[in-house]
Amino acid sequence: MTTAAQEFLRKADEKSFDLRHRKTIRQGIDSYESAHNKGKSRFSDWEAARDRCAQIKAEALSRLDQYLIQFEEVVTSRGGYVFWAANSEEARNYVLEVAKKNNIKTVVKSKSMVTEEIHLNPLLEKNGIEVWETDLGEYIVQLRNEPPYHIVTPAMHLNRSDIAKLFQEKIGGVQTNDPTQLVALARRKLRQAFFAGEMGISGANFLVADCGMIAINTNEGNGRLCTSLPRIHIAMAGIEKIIPHLQDLATLWPVLATAGTGQHLTTYCTLIGGARRNDEVDGPEQFHVVLLDNGRTELLDDTEQRDVLRCIRCGACLNACPIFRNVGGHTYGTTYQGPIGSVLTPHLRGLKEFNHLSFASSLCGACTEICPVRIDLHHHLLQNRRNAVNSGNRPWTERLAFSFWRWMMLSPRRFRFFGWLGRKLMKAVRMLGLSGTRLDPMYKWTKYRAAPDFPAQSFREMWMRNHAANR
Amino acid sequence: MAEVLQRIGLDVFFPEEQTCCGQPAFNSGQWQEALPVAERFVRVFATAETIVCPSGSCTAMVRSFYPELLANSPLRSDAEALARRVFEFSEFLVKVAKVTDVGADFPHTVTYHDSCHLLRELQLRTEPRILLRNVKNLELVEMLRSDECCGFGGVFSVKFGMISAAMSETKCGNIDATNVEFVTSCDSSCLLHIGGILKKTGSPVRPIHLASILAASPNSSTAARRVHS
Repeated sequence: MTTAAQEFLRKADEKSFDLRHRKTIRQGIDSYESAHNKGKSRFSDWEAARDRCAQIKAEALSRLDQYLIQFEEVVTSRGGYVFWAANSEEARNYVLEVAKKNNIKTVVKSKSMVTEEIHLNPLLEKNGIEVWETDLGEYIVQLRNEPPYHIVTPAMHLNRSDIAKLFQEKIGGVQTNDPTQLVALARRKLRQAFFAGEMGISGANFLVADCGMIAINTNEGNGRLCTSLPRIHIAMAGIEKIIPHLQDLATLWPVLATAGTGQHLTTYCTLIGGARRNDEVDGPEQFHVVLLDNGRTELLDDTEQRDVLRCIRCGACLNACPIFRNVGGHTYGTTYQGPIGSVLTPHLRGLKEFNHLSFASSLCGACTEICPVRIDLHHHLLQNRRNAVNSGNRPWTERLAFSFWRWMMLSPRRFRFFGWLGRKLMKAVRMLGLSGTRLDPMYKWTKYRAAPDFPAQSFREMWMRNHAANR
Repeated sequence: MAEVLQRIGLDVFFPEEQTCCGQPAFNSGQWQEALPVAERFVRVFATAETIVCPSGSCTAMVRSFYPELLANSPLRSDAEALARRVFEFSEFLVKVAKVTDVGADFPHTVTYHDSCHLLRELQLRTEPRILLRNVKNLELVEMLRSDECCGFGGVFSVKFGMISAAMSETKCGNIDATNVEFVTSCDSSCLLHIGGILKKTGSPVRPIHLASILAASPNSSTAARRVHS
């Protein structure tokens, strides 16, 4: 078993029965669910809106190269810089280079999962640059020295008293658990960072090809401060964030907001096309866009799973996933958690190390049911499983077990015999009082559940007897 | 199931040659092991007019996944034809046989669990409920989040037992909150899992397959056996 798989099992064991964790997440998801349902009801036809979004993203992917080049042309025509990063290292180094060239000491960031994917912060910090996460949730997990727990709600695992305790420890002066006062404290602290920040780094929810602009959705206004106060703005995005037309946002923005948080629109919907122009009084002096590949073009080549690149990172599949709700975001050990993370991570970081995530699912399909861009998530988990087996990345014992299973299933006589044997064996285990103990051959089942009561006779035996009697 | 089908006037055959549809191997990524078992299924049922199955999961395997699994098999077109003739039990009764009242009598309180494959692969939400509402003396009590997975997931339930059990604890909490006597569903595998957790936690709620409820009538042997076991 790989290290990542072992770590996953260890953390899952710890979190699955952590009732405090379960309760905190349940509360978070409950409020999400009611907002999401209310949000959907505001659409005259939510299903049609999902179809439209899936079409827009599919169109973008079908001519990804053309739309990206169009985007680059418009951005550079306005004096912006576009950098094509083949992998994480190239992307990180570009940012560091720009920072060094401009003598940057302080960076303020608005929420960006791509910067998590490429592990940007540690590199900047190692080079003596102070990095401030300014999204409240991101700020909280940064103070805890943790990765985001959830791609949209990074501090979902914490309740207000956890946060009060954290702020008292790291900032001081906390007298209450009152969210308003806690937010005010964080805001005062972050304002100082905004005024000190010389470089702002943001993500992009969409890259709009026809007008060469990036679209950012935030709820705290930190995105606008990060992209307008500092001297330099660098936006980082995966290449799949491209959409063809500005008008596509008319559908994508409300769908993203509804799927993500149940809002009609996020509080701040921002479009940025470049640096400050001569006749403008504010805005950055430089505008850079880093386009990250990092395995995405290979995924584009995969005709079975190309639709994964439609993802708009709304986080709905995480919220809908009963696995996520029980093991929690940190157990995955990946940048992207939940169903989309389990599907995507093997493509970004290797099937060998991360195929276990595709097996850690009951394949219930709640993710596919909720996905606003109709990614066939749970079927991709099945395909990843098949790919893991076919590429020799599963233990030989599994192969052996299923070879035996096949041998058994290819003969009704063997099927009947082993069914009979299994029932007898289970009866014997119970009579010996071994049920649920480590000596129980079914221990993996009976550790958590009572052993099933199987009838003395199988359906087949009953049927054959009745049939013989009637003949 | 056989009793109910016979009661509504159908001839029921049970090909004794049948074994498994292949889903355990398919879901574990072992498609090359699943393929011969699936091909065997296609051959065994080749001449059957209509195939009725008391499981949403097995039905989904044949209907939704055989065309993919057997894509390069010489039996591909047979599999595709078969996929159109296989029905889940409640689906068959309501949509094909057009029977919504099978004359069952089950004087108990019951809650219904939507099994995942039945609901999300086959899109069957109302059919089992229609059948339950027409059972004499049965009171159907809906649980909170009846469509949330029970955590079974086949091999998942032993490979990732802790996650599976945690999921089921939530499910069983919602079942217990309804204060019913029975929890029913269209999939024995979910009921096996739910039943195991209910029993372990000392819950009085007992699992029962929809078919056993529909087979129940004052003079039926199956129901008496199930209820008093």
